[in-house]
Amino acid sequence: MGKRVGMEVAIAAAEAVALCNIDVAAVYPITPQSHIAEHMADIIHDGRIDAEFITVESEHSAISALAGASAAGARAYTATSSQGLMLMHEILPIVSAMRLPVCMANANRAVSGPLNIWNDHTDIMPQRDSGWICLFTENGQEAIDLSIMSFKIAEDPEVMLPCVVNIDGFQLTHMIEPLEFPSQAEVAKFLPPRKPFAQLHPDNPISMGCFAMPDTYAETVKAKEEALRGSKKVVTRVFAEWAKRFGRKYNVVETYRAKDADTLMLTMGSMGETAATAVDEMRKAGRKVGLVKLRLWRPFPVEEIKAAVAGCKTLIVMDRAISTGGAGGPVATDVKSILYGEKKRPRILNVIAGLGGRDLTVGDFVNMFDLAKKKKDEPFEFYGVRE
Amino acid sequence: MNQVQNFEIFAPKLVDRKEYFSAGHRACQGCGEVLALRHILKALGDDVVVANATGCMEIISSGYPQSAWEVPYVHVAFENAAAVGSGVEAALKALRRKGRIADRYVKTIAVAGDGGTCDIGLQALSGAMERGHDMIFFCLDNEAYMNTGIQRSSATPFMAATTTSPAGEAIPGQRTWKKNVPEIMVAHKVPYVATACPSYPIDLINKVKKAAAVRGPAYIHVFSMCPTGWRCASEITIKMGRLAVETGVFPLYEVENGKYRLTMEVPEKLRPVEDYLKLQGRFRHLTPADIEKIQKQVHREWEILLNKVECLQPW
Repeated sequence: MGKRVGMEVAIAAAEAVALCNIDVAAVYPITPQSHIAEHMADIIHDGRIDAEFITVESEHSAISALAGASAAGARAYTATSSQGLMLMHEILPIVSAMRLPVCMANANRAVSGPLNIWNDHTDIMPQRDSGWICLFTENGQEAIDLSIMSFKIAEDPEVMLPCVVNIDGFQLTHMIEPLEFPSQAEVAKFLPPRKPFAQLHPDNPISMGCFAMPDTYAETVKAKEEALRGSKKVVTRVFAEWAKRFGRKYNVVETYRAKDADTLMLTMGSMGETAATAVDEMRKAGRKVGLVKLRLWRPFPVEEIKAAVAGCKTLIVMDRAISTGGAGGPVATDVKSILYGEKKRPRILNVIAGLGGRDLTVGDFVNMFDLAKKKKDEPFEFYGVRE
Repeated sequence: MNQVQNFEIFAPKLVDRKEYFSAGHRACQGCGEVLALRHILKALGDDVVVANATGCMEIISSGYPQSAWEVPYVHVAFENAAAVGSGVEAALKALRRKGRIADRYVKTIAVAGDGGTCDIGLQALSGAMERGHDMIFFCLDNEAYMNTGIQRSSATPFMAATTTSPAGEAIPGQRTWKKNVPEIMVAHKVPYVATACPSYPIDLINKVKKAAAVRGPAYIHVFSMCPTGWRCASEITIKMGRLAVETGVFPLYEVENGKYRLTMEVPEKLRPVEDYLKLQGRFRHLTPADIEKIQKQVHREWEILLNKVECLQPW
């Protein structure tokens, strides 16, 4: 096990990827991803790794170039955020349909407008149906570990799907944390060079990205759905291998002091740690509260969520995005949907909070837990937003 | 004409007999674009990877589970052929260096229509050429969005009737002159830029071979006749290309490191543009005054080109 170093999380994410024997990186700068892009440039320009670095003219071209690179057999990586991810939107479902294991870091940031460079999850939510495996990180160590694991998961022959690792912008990317890196040799054992199922080369000329008529299109959609749904067991398997090799255990859904809790809160990303502190404080005051943290957003870990919330009376789902004009926050909508058919299900409250970098303190989480005391349920409500 | 130097020797016997784009594809009768593609692939041979934009050539060639491509082929989307090609080129370079693919040179090419080049794909093209990827970009220019039903693009010629620039009472067709993308490529300092036309297959093949020899970016703008969109008879496709060249509407030239050269012998006096225009339904509504206006513009552009041929020195 390597020694602990103090490092900014964005730089650590780039360092983690540098351990992964990538072949091609394509990046376009955007706040708060830019430190990842800059540090990738440093690593490659200093000749620390043998990879091609494409400084594309847009995120659309970043993901397009990586589609080409991955189709040609390369291990391909990019990092983006917010508007950049939105610009990639068109290409994301093509990459997954072509079963290209491109990996990406997304430094989560609010989507314009108005322009806002700070953290929430409004950028990743419009991409949730694009067929990418979608992981969320809670701290810098997870950003390192999940970045490395993402290649292993994406390239698994049972999966062959792209993967995005979400790292909350500023609130995670710009934090300096004590971090531990596995050694290059350890990562090389864990993650050998990519062995593509098919690749663009004249030694075996194939056509990729062919169009589908109505008689075949639906089958491709179903195949992608089954592959993405099935990837959960590979995610779990890779998490287990990671635990064995590196000692840090991960689950697709994590729980914290949830066993005997009558009120649970469900969060994704960096807010988990603040929420956990709130839980500790409330537990001290005798309140039976706990936490459910979603690490895997797509594929949606249905069984694990059901199991995690089985015993509670009230479930507060915290969303850092909203389906405007829809049923509420995207996480809550999905959670409600999977619990609808359950005979015994908790009362579900949906709180929309922490938008556009609006800070949430431990006290705010206590207040959000207190919403459970309210008599009348709203379909969803904004927390801490002025009228 | 003394401007024409190094005139290529007509050598049809040297053309590869092997077909890299197989028969049975779904192109229209008289399609100039697919003819160009056939010659381009013959010039490049086996060791090539093709990144293709959405458009006619993609739709006629790659309906799952069939493919007309005998060489490795990838299609991702409409506007990104140059970006996809960038990635393919980078991957081939990295994987060869790292010993994960055969240790031999493979050329990357990107192919797009005029929409995928001059309009929606221009940014990706500019980026790829500026970055200097070892890639030939082919614009197969049939002067409108033919695949979606003949809508105007920035490559549609002045006054041509399309479905989004119809010959109306108030506005008689396309209001703008054709965008000159080869010039934009020259401005990027692309080491090899050429115009070509499948009516001159040997000239086209020579240019492709020259572009393939560049270890860096190259751009070939291929005038691709489209009887369906131009509203002309399909059996006069080759003639239409020749008329475009002989009238000066689409001059054939190449620019090597900034040095211009005409590549086809052009008679002392260009043929009148009317010879070219009158065979096409898209120009049916033109009045003699309109034709005169187009004639003047063609002469002006021709003079500008001759000036460049005479005056510009290599970089």
